[in-house]
Amino acid sequence: MLDTIDQRFGLSRNVTLPQGLSLDGGGRLATVDIAYETYGMLDADKGNAILVCHALTGDQHLASEHPRTGKPGWWQRMVGPGRPIDTDRWFVVCANVLGSCMGTSGPASIDPATGAPYAMRFPVITIRDMVRAQAMLLDHLGIGRLAAVVGGSMGGMQALSWSATYPERVEAAVVLASTARHSAQNIAFHEVGRQAVMADPRWNNGDYYGAEPPAAGLAVARMAAHITYLSEAGLTEKFGRKLQAREAKTFGFDADFQVESYLRHQGLSFVDRFDANSYLYITRAMDYFDLAEEHGGLLANAFAASRARFCLVSFDTDWLYPTADSRSIVRALHAAGAPASFVELSSPYGHDAFLLDSPELDRVMAGFLGSGR
Amino acid sequence: MTLRPDLSVIAANVAAGSRVLDVGCGDGALMAALRDERQVDARGLEIDAANVAAAMARGLSVAQGDADVDLAGYPDASFDYAILSQTLQTARAPDVVLDHLLRIGRRAFVSFPNFAHWRVRLSLLWGGRMPVTRQLPERWYDTPNIHHLTIDDFRAFLAERQVRVERAWFLSGDAETGSAAANLFAEHAVFLLARAEPK
Repeated sequence: MLDTIDQRFGLSRNVTLPQGLSLDGGGRLATVDIAYETYGMLDADKGNAILVCHALTGDQHLASEHPRTGKPGWWQRMVGPGRPIDTDRWFVVCANVLGSCMGTSGPASIDPATGAPYAMRFPVITIRDMVRAQAMLLDHLGIGRLAAVVGGSMGGMQALSWSATYPERVEAAVVLASTARHSAQNIAFHEVGRQAVMADPRWNNGDYYGAEPPAAGLAVARMAAHITYLSEAGLTEKFGRKLQAREAKTFGFDADFQVESYLRHQGLSFVDRFDANSYLYITRAMDYFDLAEEHGGLLANAFAASRARFCLVSFDTDWLYPTADSRSIVRALHAAGAPASFVELSSPYGHDAFLLDSPELDRVMAGFLGSGR
Repeated sequence: MTLRPDLSVIAANVAAGSRVLDVGCGDGALMAALRDERQVDARGLEIDAANVAAAMARGLSVAQGDADVDLAGYPDASFDYAILSQTLQTARAPDVVLDHLLRIGRRAFVSFPNFAHWRVRLSLLWGGRMPVTRQLPERWYDTPNIHHLTIDDFRAFLAERQVRVERAWFLSGDAETGSAAANLFAEHAVFLLARAEPK
């Protein structure tokens, strides 16, 4: 059994890719570190590989315990033996994206030129740069073609970018709760988050490594972003105007309301596991994402060379990347003649729905992947 | 798996290996049969999310959408056949939907329940009530069928628009009935249409 002894495969893998990477923004990384995990066994013909792309604050711990938080993998309910992405059948790869902070090259990494962390000297990156880095990782793993590339939210952007950038390497793409371009509203929310980080004096123009990080600013950024991941109806159902462990309003600025307490907790727990500069770089990459713009202004052109099957799913309460965004991708795919499926699923949970329990999503995922081979 | 009678007729008459758009494809039963038995490259459009999920779970390419809205996005002559089975009478603008079918497909299959079937006539004539039959099982207030039509209505409509009828099948249950008295005896009909070529 090749895989059991191959050190490239398994949990908590790290690799330094020596060939470097030229970036859309004109910069260049001399070497690229990638932290990744693999699940399942690669077939002898290497035809059963699925790449799962994570969202903004996700990581490579797709279906394994997170080393810092001790929590289960972020998509454990979707990926594993007998799950919709069945690791008894598929060889699944998940890599920490370029710019992030869980072992892949990012602003917290050491700049080999100076021996100090890059901080804001890290080059600005794009979604396509993330995809190019993943392609280099797959080369390292000896995987040519992907049976599927799967992602939600920013992961969906990568899945779209994969099929446009490496059409010959993608047989199927699953794009959940995502978009082909960041809207003005999307950019606006991200800018609020970035300005919250930069307004924290501890941010210090990004040079805080070895000192106290800008936790207060990053927590506020996370709080604002977290609201966009939920629906108004979901917040009302979960919290309403209920008070937090008290009988009456305090007429002060404590977290009187449960929703305030919840958001503060979300903000505080986030800063323990995420780097503020990574948050700046990755949100910037998302804001720059406009797949049509990369292809002469016509989204259908992005898929002209693709031979992949596509599966798009949106959720009816997702106002961050609403159903209309998915529909416009489906129209472009149909115009390009691509076999594309699309469904809007019903959920009270807003954008986060793609991560949560959804038997309908499970059925769609398993059916779509199973139909390919 | 047995197909609905009108779908059996369509499945038996689609050329093998062709490209098909099934508008209002439901859970994809026809598409799956066409794919498995006639090597057809099929795409579907369906309004109901549960049906779309069921079709996707069968490995079919189905987009959730509304025939009244979303057909406009499909390029001209991009399919060999566009199929509209038991859906025409539910469209808000059946005339526009039919125009799109003949624009998108080189040919179109259209099937619909016949509102002039004798059971329907009797129900109105003797009962004075809107008919509830096996072809039209819903009541007047919960029916999706907002544009009832008869076989003769459809024939007149096609003649006005100079749409060519390549073939037609008239069905009572799953048996074929004659063309001449179809408007009285057929519960439903299947038409194979083509846009009249300019001479």
